[in-house]
Amino acid sequence: MIFNLINVVVVVTVGLVGIAIYGMLVSRNLMKIVVGLQLAVKAAMLAFILSGRLNGKIDEAQSLALTVIVTDTVVAVVALALVVQVRRKFGTLDIKAISTLRR
Amino acid sequence: MLNVLIGVGILVSAFLSIRESRLLVTALWLALTSALVSWLMFRMGAAEVAVVELSVGAGLVTVIFVFAINIAGDEALGSQPLLPRPLAWVAVVLAGVMLAWMVLPAMQAPEFLTGLEETSSLHGYFKRVLWHDRSVDVILQAVLMFAGVLTVLGLLTDDPFATGKEESHDLQSH
Repeated sequence: MIFNLINVVVVVTVGLVGIAIYGMLVSRNLMKIVVGLQLAVKAAMLAFILSGRLNGKIDEAQSLALTVIVTDTVVAVVALALVVQVRRKFGTLDIKAISTLRR
Repeated sequence: MLNVLIGVGILVSAFLSIRESRLLVTALWLALTSALVSWLMFRMGAAEVAVVELSVGAGLVTVIFVFAINIAGDEALGSQPLLPRPLAWVAVVLAGVMLAWMVLPAMQAPEFLTGLEETSSLHGYFKRVLWHDRSVDVILQAVLMFAGVLTVLGLLTDDPFATGKEESHDLQSH
C-alpha cells in the first residue's frame, strides 16, 4: 500500500527538510532562522527512527535520537540567547541590517 | 489513514511556522509540529523518544522561544526575502532530489525488508542500549546541558565588566 507508515515518514522527512531549507534561505528574521534549524533537526530525528525501524535496531536509533534532542535543545537555547544579545546590541533582528552594520 | 493525516499536519504546521509573520504564533506552530512528530515517532514504535520529544521539543523549547520573544520583542520586517524566492525553491528541489537519490535505492535493499520483520522481536532493549552501549553519549549529553546552561547565564546577564569600563572611561573624561 502506498500510504503505509514508512512511505509517509519518508515523505514527511523530505518535506520537513525542504521547508527548513526554504525557511532558512528566505527568512530575514533571526528568530525564524532558529525555527528553520529546529525543523531540520526534527526531520533528522524522524530519519534516525525510520532507519532504526527499517534495520530492526529501533533501540539504538532511539538512543541516537535522544542525543539529538538534547543537543538540539542546547543549540536552540544558545542560539536564542545570542538572538537576544543581537537585539540588545543592534536593536533589530533583521540579518540584512546587521550585515550592513558590519561593513 | 491516520498516518497520512499526521504527516499532512506536520507539513502544514511546519510551513505555517515559516510563513507566519508574528513570532509568537510561529512558536505555537512549531510546538504543534513537535507534538505531531512525537505522535508519528510513537506510531513507529519509538515510544521512549516520543515522550522526550513531546516534553522537551513541544514543551521546554516552546517555553524558551516565548521567553526569548518576550525579551527580544516581536519585529515586523519587510516582505522582501533575503534570497530571491525562485532561487530558494531551486535549492529546496535540489536538496529533495539529492535526498531521494540517496534514500530511495537503499530502501529497495532486501535486508531492509527482513529487518522490518525483525523489528518487533528486537524491541524492548532501549534502557540497556542507552546506559551500557551508548554510555559515552549520556555523559556527553550531561556535559552539553551544563555547557548550555552556563552559556545562557553568561549571555543573558548584563556584562558587569563592560559597564565598569564605560563608567571608568566616563570618569576619566570628566
